[in-house]
Amino acid sequence: MARPTTADAGPGGYAILVRLRNNGVYVALALLVLFNLFFTTNFATAGTILGLLSQATFVLLVALGLTLVIGTGGIDLSVGAIMAIASAVVPLYLGYSWPVAVIVALIFCVLAGMLNGFLVAYVGMQPIVATLALFVGGRGFAQVLVNGQLQTISDPGFLALWRATVFGVPMPVVVAAVAALLVGLLARQTTFGRYVLAVGGNRTASYLSGHPVRVVLLAVYAISGLLAGLAGILATARLAAGDPATIGLLIELDAIAAVVIGGTPLSGGRMNVGGTVAGAILMLVISATFVMNNINPIYAQILKAAIIVLAVYIQQGRRGS
Amino acid sequence: MATGTTVERDTLRRERIFGAIQRRGALAVLVAIVVVAGLTLDLFLTPRNIEDVLLHASFVGLISVGMTFVIITGGIDLSVGSLVALGGVLAGLSVGISWPLGLLFPTLACGLYGFLNGLLIAKAKLPAFIVTLAGLLGIRGLALVLSGTLTIPIPGPPAFVWFGRGEIFGLDVPIVVMFGAFAVGALVLNRSRYGEAVFAVGGSEEAARLAGVRVDRVKIIAYTTSGALAGLAGALVAAWLSAGQPTVGQAWELYAIASVVLGGTLLTGGAGTMLGSLVGVLLFYTIQNVINQVGTLTSYTQQLVTGIFLIVVVAAQTYLTRQRTY
Repeated sequence: MARPTTADAGPGGYAILVRLRNNGVYVALALLVLFNLFFTTNFATAGTILGLLSQATFVLLVALGLTLVIGTGGIDLSVGAIMAIASAVVPLYLGYSWPVAVIVALIFCVLAGMLNGFLVAYVGMQPIVATLALFVGGRGFAQVLVNGQLQTISDPGFLALWRATVFGVPMPVVVAAVAALLVGLLARQTTFGRYVLAVGGNRTASYLSGHPVRVVLLAVYAISGLLAGLAGILATARLAAGDPATIGLLIELDAIAAVVIGGTPLSGGRMNVGGTVAGAILMLVISATFVMNNINPIYAQILKAAIIVLAVYIQQGRRGS
Repeated sequence: MATGTTVERDTLRRERIFGAIQRRGALAVLVAIVVVAGLTLDLFLTPRNIEDVLLHASFVGLISVGMTFVIITGGIDLSVGSLVALGGVLAGLSVGISWPLGLLFPTLACGLYGFLNGLLIAKAKLPAFIVTLAGLLGIRGLALVLSGTLTIPIPGPPAFVWFGRGEIFGLDVPIVVMFGAFAVGALVLNRSRYGEAVFAVGGSEEAARLAGVRVDRVKIIAYTTSGALAGLAGALVAAWLSAGQPTVGQAWELYAIASVVLGGTLLTGGAGTMLGSLVGVLLFYTIQNVINQVGTLTSYTQQLVTGIFLIVVVAAQTYLTRQRTY
């Protein structure tokens, strides 16, 4: 488990540099928000900020699950497809009442995640290939379920999942905040969180220390599926339609980027849940900055790419060679 | 390894047999599918259909050649799908000046980007997954910016369009280019010092370095090749479509990776074959073609079956060659 030590920091001003490096995502987010407060009209309104946070929930929920997966040294490319599965299942079961539909959809998504976990933990496939299969097949499965049709939804109880507010805060923001808190606690305060880091640090050593490696991996991918399912349900409620053809398309890329920018290395053995939250919001604020200033958002995509590389480079420090 | 106990020899023999299955598992499956499909589907073995499969496989096939090099060094290149789009757009922008430029410019520009990938990965020691993921996002953006998000029509000249739609000895040009690339790739991988270095780097970077292999250079060349081939594939797609489309090539990097893995190349690096990748690509597209021919299946059912198929083949390979994992 590589973690920064005081020895890394060295004397004097360098310590500040190290601190900056480890918290770069917060600094970047703060700077960008400051910039917007001054230069973007209508940014500093509660409506805009809550709206932005609502938009960020999809990437955020998915990225939280990915933080755990990446903590074990794995990767989950199937999260977008799992969102599509949730989006396809919900309309099928809305006839029974919306909580049933939500629960059934989440069960489907957990099962999909467990399929990933099974392939990685028990069959021994490499995570990128195991989840690539679901990336290709999962969206197909979702569309088979609804025969490739878009299913409009009018159930007010279900639509409230996106539209309702709690003390003025939109429901999706509440859901995402609770999820972030729970994943943060899971990662930092529980034995399970320790196991995740141990497996990511060295799977064999973890096994030899008596950790339930396979169960941990299975659980991590199941949680990733669950959170992706939650994101899919929220996206469905926002659209007021089950649309497995487009919901969650290519979200895995933004989510992986958010996790990595947040300071969780792809090599596993380390997690930074707070960083993931900031990373997900940062990804969205970058896009929003361009859109709100009437600049073509395609440029935001290019800037995001540069920021990803820069962030990893800074985190890398001078460890190489 | 020259002498050994009986146990060691048995282990070696087992490894050799399993290794052979792993390397040729995809080929066996491909042959089985071709035989079964040929017997049951009327149109499957017609020349037109075979050429159709090959043509669709040719673009991802071209990418897979570069991907094989990259994966054997232990890396990965996620940027190639977007580079195909960029290549097509650049072809559309430059072909008007003179038609050879329509092929050369995309290849060189995308090769240059691959070189940049290689620099960041080999010299700055950044993880390949992240560097090329950034490329996936950014290069797609660049392709959209350069084209103004529009399709760039390529009405001619005929000399350029020939590279997408012309024929050599009755075979579509992209197919010939793909087979040519695989042949050259196989020669380089198996018969050159560079090929040997690629395996060495993928097997153990440290050992390779200590043995005097110039690890950084080996990696940079691999990524440059991968980028250049993606650019060339983009130009060929543009010639085939008579248009540079900034939206083509989405998820192609994943299809290429899947093909390479199907062909028995390990994502951990250090092992793999060029022929395997060719078989992997052909397998991938033959499956899609068969699913198409069965007729009643929709495109999304096709995706579902492809996904299931991927799981089965890779699970079988993993199971056969599994080393002890916990």
